[in-house]
Amino acid sequence: MITVNHYLVLSAILFAIGTAGVFVRRNLITILLSIEIMLNAVNLTFVAFGRALGAADGQIIVFFVMTVAAAEAAVGLAIVIALFRHRESLNPDTFTALKW
Amino acid sequence: MTALLIAQIVLTLFVFFMLLNSAAVMVYVERKVAALLQQRLGPYRVGWQGVLQPLADIVKLLFKEELRPKAADAFLFALAPIIAATCAFAAFSVVPFGAETTLGGWLPEPLKLQVSDVNVAILVVFAIASMSVYGIVLAGWSSNSKYSLLGGLRSSAQMISYELSYGLALTSVLLLGQSMSLTDVVNQQSGTWLGFIPRWFVFLQPIGFLIYMIAGIAETNRAPFDFPEAEQELVAGYHTEYSSMSFAMFFLAEYVNMVTVSAVATDLFLGGWHGPFLPESLGWIWFLLKVGAILFFYVWMRWTLPRYRYDQLMRFGWKVLLPVAVINVLVTAAGVLYFGI
Amino acid sequence: MGSELAFYLFAAVAVVASLLVIAQRNPIYSVLLLIASFGALSGLYVLLDAPFVAVIQIVVYAGAIMVLFLFVVMLLNAPHEETEYDERVHPLLQAGPLRFGAFLAAALMVELVWALTKGGGEAGGFPGRSVSSVKEIGRLLFTEYSFPFEVTSILILVAMVGAVVLARRETP
Repeated sequence: MITVNHYLVLSAILFAIGTAGVFVRRNLITILLSIEIMLNAVNLTFVAFGRALGAADGQIIVFFVMTVAAAEAAVGLAIVIALFRHRESLNPDTFTALKW
Repeated sequence: MTALLIAQIVLTLFVFFMLLNSAAVMVYVERKVAALLQQRLGPYRVGWQGVLQPLADIVKLLFKEELRPKAADAFLFALAPIIAATCAFAAFSVVPFGAETTLGGWLPEPLKLQVSDVNVAILVVFAIASMSVYGIVLAGWSSNSKYSLLGGLRSSAQMISYELSYGLALTSVLLLGQSMSLTDVVNQQSGTWLGFIPRWFVFLQPIGFLIYMIAGIAETNRAPFDFPEAEQELVAGYHTEYSSMSFAMFFLAEYVNMVTVSAVATDLFLGGWHGPFLPESLGWIWFLLKVGAILFFYVWMRWTLPRYRYDQLMRFGWKVLLPVAVINVLVTAAGVLYFGI
Repeated sequence: MGSELAFYLFAAVAVVASLLVIAQRNPIYSVLLLIASFGALSGLYVLLDAPFVAVIQIVVYAGAIMVLFLFVVMLLNAPHEETEYDERVHPLLQAGPLRFGAFLAAALMVELVWALTKGGGEAGGFPGRSVSSVKEIGRLLFTEYSFPFEVTSILILVAMVGAVVLARRETP
């Protein structure tokens, strides 16, 4: 019997994996991919709760989260391209110009 | 294992087999029609009037050596044709091609002539079409060659640009059909006005049909939108480095995509399997005739029109087709609201 | 029984694919594995009686956003990332920021699981009623949520303009 808790545990695991990706990886594109994993985990939570409450609102919020994720991915990748053109590297540790 | 379940399994295998056959038939039809349009004979040696030519082609392709460039990424190189062919076949799985039938009373319940009846079938076709971009872009990338990469990127940029107009054309039909299930949309087109004009959506949505066909031709990378695989410009685009059965997979994917686009156009705009003179249970004959007509139109277009250059193609897709599609949706929505369909 | 098996299968694919996304060195494989993870999530949405969201997930995420990522990875043709740790030993076995980061993420996971499941979770499965029709979603979208809908459209416009401006070459 699959309950809401199963879905919540799964989305917690996915969210933690995404967070680990953001902490651990030293490649801008993989960091953006990890952010997408986190957003998907949140989407899963919304749909699971929407189903548990018998309302369509969960699916509608997922709609908005997906749209925002798309916009953020587009702008994030544009920034990555601009940065890569500047320094020929995708390692966030090379962009230290604003450090003290 | 009820009789219905066995019938459904047989139907799935039958659909798969017929799609493979349709690709072979399309190979022959393309060459013969091209020849007749160009006032020459075409294949005429292998079998009567050359009908066994596709068999000869398949045998030739089977016996060719399977090459792979040394610097190519082996896994992606092998994966790309698989993705292309899989998405092509998967898209046809939600397309209905006939009315429900009990096979002359053998089955206790009617069998739907559709591999799976999903109630968001239109969206599923669109989703799988957008996944087929990956086959092409991965083929271009993994071949590790200039022509392939350029061809693959151009082709995928073209496909995702025309997906927008494709989706908007589907939306305008959705407004008329009030349902996302292809079976429902077809069943709304039964009957006639004034006794002889069939209630097809193409009469209510001529511009929508035109947009759908143009976007469909661009989606399947067929002429006049086949710049990314044009022989004169890019050797063979994204499938330059492929040979033997991998190349056959891409070929197969292209023809099956054509059949899927034609079948969905028939279901949405041309009334599916409804037609005069034949009983409902033989409606699949009408379906085949209509799909055949659209496929003939595809082949006719290829050998009549010159090819669009890539920037002309992109400009057309974004600056002409997309605004027209948006305005079509607005006008359709206003019409549905005012006339209350 | 079938749906339980399907849930565990999709969940396993999603978790394994996501783990491999962050463990892979080659960014193209990362993108492809993420697409596989999205496919598994789409299957989970179908199990949750949300077919519209499932298909939209494929169309928007797997079909558009990931193509964008793939294009950027291919066109930038970035080298494999240089690492500060010794490559012969597995990075999780060496003391360093990587192991600490993984440990922090594991701690986060434990906290989240505890917080999410302590709310007296329904032990009886999902209630019978569910809303899965596109018509209902459309009705809600255009009546109750019409303001976020319009704002989202402006957001997309701004993002499009921003992306084009940011990625443009500086012409002298």
